[in-house]
Amino acid sequence: MRAMINDDREAVLEVDNLQVRYPTASGDIVACKDVSLQVYRGETLGLVGESGCGKSTLAMAIMRLVTPPGRIVQGRVLLEGTDLLSLKEGALRQLRWQQIALIPQGAMSSLNPVMRIGEQIADGLRAHGVRQSKAQMRERIQDLLGTVGLRASVSDMYPHELSGGMKQRVCIAMAISLHPSIILADEPTSALDVVVQRLIVQTLMEIRERMSVSMLLIGHDMALQAQVVDRTAVMYAGMIVEIAPVQEIFSSPRHPYTRLLVESLPSVKRRKPLRVTEGFLLDLRDPPPGCAFQLRCDLVSDACRSLEPTLRHVGPDHHVACHL
Amino acid sequence: MTRALLDVRSISKVFGGGFLASPNRVVALDGVDLRIPENPATIVAVAGESGSGKTTLAKLILGFSKPTTGQILYKDQDVANLRGAQLLEYRRQVQAIFQDPYEVFNPFYKVDHAFDLVIKHFRLGANGANPQESIRTALQMTGLRSEDVLGRYAHQLSGGQRQRVMIARALMLRPQLILADEPVSMIDASLRAMILDILQRMRQEQSISFLYITHDLSTAYQISNRIYIMYRGWIVEQGETARVIENPQHPYLKLLIDSVPIPEPDHRWDTQISVTGTGGEEERDAACRFYSRCPVRTERCLAESPSLRPVAGEDHQVRCHLS
Amino acid sequence: MASTTLSPQAQPAETTRRLARVNWTLVLGTALLLGIIAFGTIGRLLVSREGMKLGANDFAAPPGAQIPLGTDPAGRSVLVMMIYGTLPTLTIGLIAGGIGTIVGASLGLVAGYYGGPIDTLVHSFADILLGVPSLLVLVVLASYLGDMSIATMSAIIAFFAWPWPARSVRSQTLSMRELAHVEMAKLSGCGDLEIIFRELMPNLLPYIATSFVRSVSGGIMASVGLQMLGLGSLTLITLALMLSSAFSSAALTRGLWWWWFPPTVVLTLLFVALFLITLSLDEATNPRLKAARAA
Repeated sequence: MRAMINDDREAVLEVDNLQVRYPTASGDIVACKDVSLQVYRGETLGLVGESGCGKSTLAMAIMRLVTPPGRIVQGRVLLEGTDLLSLKEGALRQLRWQQIALIPQGAMSSLNPVMRIGEQIADGLRAHGVRQSKAQMRERIQDLLGTVGLRASVSDMYPHELSGGMKQRVCIAMAISLHPSIILADEPTSALDVVVQRLIVQTLMEIRERMSVSMLLIGHDMALQAQVVDRTAVMYAGMIVEIAPVQEIFSSPRHPYTRLLVESLPSVKRRKPLRVTEGFLLDLRDPPPGCAFQLRCDLVSDACRSLEPTLRHVGPDHHVACHL
Repeated sequence: MTRALLDVRSISKVFGGGFLASPNRVVALDGVDLRIPENPATIVAVAGESGSGKTTLAKLILGFSKPTTGQILYKDQDVANLRGAQLLEYRRQVQAIFQDPYEVFNPFYKVDHAFDLVIKHFRLGANGANPQESIRTALQMTGLRSEDVLGRYAHQLSGGQRQRVMIARALMLRPQLILADEPVSMIDASLRAMILDILQRMRQEQSISFLYITHDLSTAYQISNRIYIMYRGWIVEQGETARVIENPQHPYLKLLIDSVPIPEPDHRWDTQISVTGTGGEEERDAACRFYSRCPVRTERCLAESPSLRPVAGEDHQVRCHLS
Repeated sequence: MASTTLSPQAQPAETTRRLARVNWTLVLGTALLLGIIAFGTIGRLLVSREGMKLGANDFAAPPGAQIPLGTDPAGRSVLVMMIYGTLPTLTIGLIAGGIGTIVGASLGLVAGYYGGPIDTLVHSFADILLGVPSLLVLVVLASYLGDMSIATMSAIIAFFAWPWPARSVRSQTLSMRELAHVEMAKLSGCGDLEIIFRELMPNLLPYIATSFVRSVSGGIMASVGLQMLGLGSLTLITLALMLSSAFSSAALTRGLWWWWFPPTVVLTLLFVALFLITLSLDEATNPRLKAARAA
């Protein structure tokens, strides 16, 4: 698969055959099974999938923040060529935040409620070795807040004085504070109202422009992906099932699951009839042999029930994991 | 004009304030009027974001709290005055499904418990009727088989199955109105259509009306016949769904529609939206509740409260000075 | 909603499953407790009361082949007294803890569910009682009442045992009453009492169980305190009464270690057992504690 990538694009982040497992009393849950993807310089890669598909686990695994008892059992995560999984904790901590930043899910609720915003950002900066005078730090933080569209006075406020959208902007500010090459944003707008969501996305896009930072945007809202990303990777049951430029995902989806996602999207512009399907609870500890999607696929064949599909090249920059 | 099934008349709900209570006075609802006709069965959407008052409205209609002023009439009876047998009958005719398909189940019991409560209190086993059959039929209407869901705990079912079990529970009572509060926002995108399809079918086949409360305009547009748009306790626009969504008048609705991501990569957001207003004191007390965020506000909006006015004489009203 | 995490609502059901897995603290505590109970019950079947009668044996004899734990100055076998004194000690805890928990949990449920004036009344009363030095009041009460039966002693101790379960259950109820399944129950026509005792209480059993064990422990401790002061039940032999008699007869200076040391050991083991059980129940109901231990 790697031979197929466009050689004049440089990959900022490359994930190779990553597998994450969670041991439980009744068997191992394979949260991420053989995941490979690349995020090129300057692009925004979207990662979509539904609840339990493993996308958040993937984000944590890339940052090596998988909570025990979960663990990464195989694979590589190359950040600008360095394998994050082989680094010692100290070296990894240096890289985290400075070269790769994460805006985790529910970040706005994890702001320290008893510290002012400015202090929290300063803390983060100092923890990564930034040594500046108080005045310089203050100015730096105010610049940072301005970049994300917040007034300088926010620096002296406490989290509870801010709205959801403002708190999320603070989290974005923290993520860009050390000018990383890539930002992982896990559901950055899920808990927000629609209008605020648009404002936040606008902010992210501005930052992307201004700071030339690459982004991995993880979410479950396909429509949002359509508006924001360059390429999209679709995840199902711990596997990437399709990865292609976003226009192609919508105009010619090749995997039955992607097709399902695209067709079941309602729109405010057109009234479409509902596309109804049945859903089945997939037990990740004991998946059926073969393709994980077989229980919901209307094109399922015998091959699907026995052999697990891997990503195949089906078009320019378009890969699908399906036998059909 | 036919008798209304549900007639919400000038409802206001104020929290806090009062003589001895806390100083934080929140006006959750301010003079809300809403009507669901007795026939034909209709899906009425109430769309609004957090703070719009839609959840408060739901609680009032279900009788979980009382309005500060105004009345909620169900078939001409005031819901706030119902007691005993009358209240029970109201519960039989007006049911609900909620947002979180997991939380609605008591984790101590199997999901059957939800049905058992209904059978017991509404005496569905009386007169020789077989309650097990009623359960089976109700589940079938939602596309589930008894064998697949009964006897299990909530955590053993998928989100979609749980929500359908809840719908089946409501259907068992053969209600006239089901209040659906964000029924699909916690369901995976690919399964939402299935749930919404059930609602539409129930309207058609069982003549059940729905009050579909949501923040998602796309699904409201997809399935509802009439829509009410709420903002901070007001109804700012209402009417026949297609008319309202395709020809929005109120600046808030326009902003909302513009902000909903369209699943078409070739039609991206090209204009920037911005946050108007400084959130200062005078803006919060402006006569029009949307003043502080309105991109087209005028002096008049600060001083004079707009009222609902018709748009081009069709089934479409908007609450704005500038329409 | 990933498949590996559970919402807070799943915790009571998950708690039972967690308890079912081997939890060494619980196993150790229960084993110890069962051992003591066996000592007090099976012991009675094996050993006759005769050894406890006054003058049955040599006076103040140290441990020997015939009398395993020696005798007190009145010639009563220490071992026999201990065997027959264990059950009453446990019974006091059981009755006091039981009454305290039932009353406390019920009040907590009702107060938490209804809120308003009922809640204010109950929780103010509970808070006041918690602030009162209970042993002091018990001492006064016990002095006034003179010699009393085990049942009476348990009852007055229970009066101070109910506030803790009440508070614990009340705070849980306050957060649970807003849950969607409670609203669903209301929509299904359930009345208040049915909601309190059939919808809310079952999910609180782990908390009630923890409160119960705590109350039992506290009850026994209170009874020991009273009896050491020469109050409460004065005739029926309990472990505490043995200690009390020992100290008032200057056993320490007389070197009659076999009189006060064994009962102390048993009492200590009893408290340790109850503590271990409480600890494991606490961990089960509050998974964060277990995670902290594992980390």
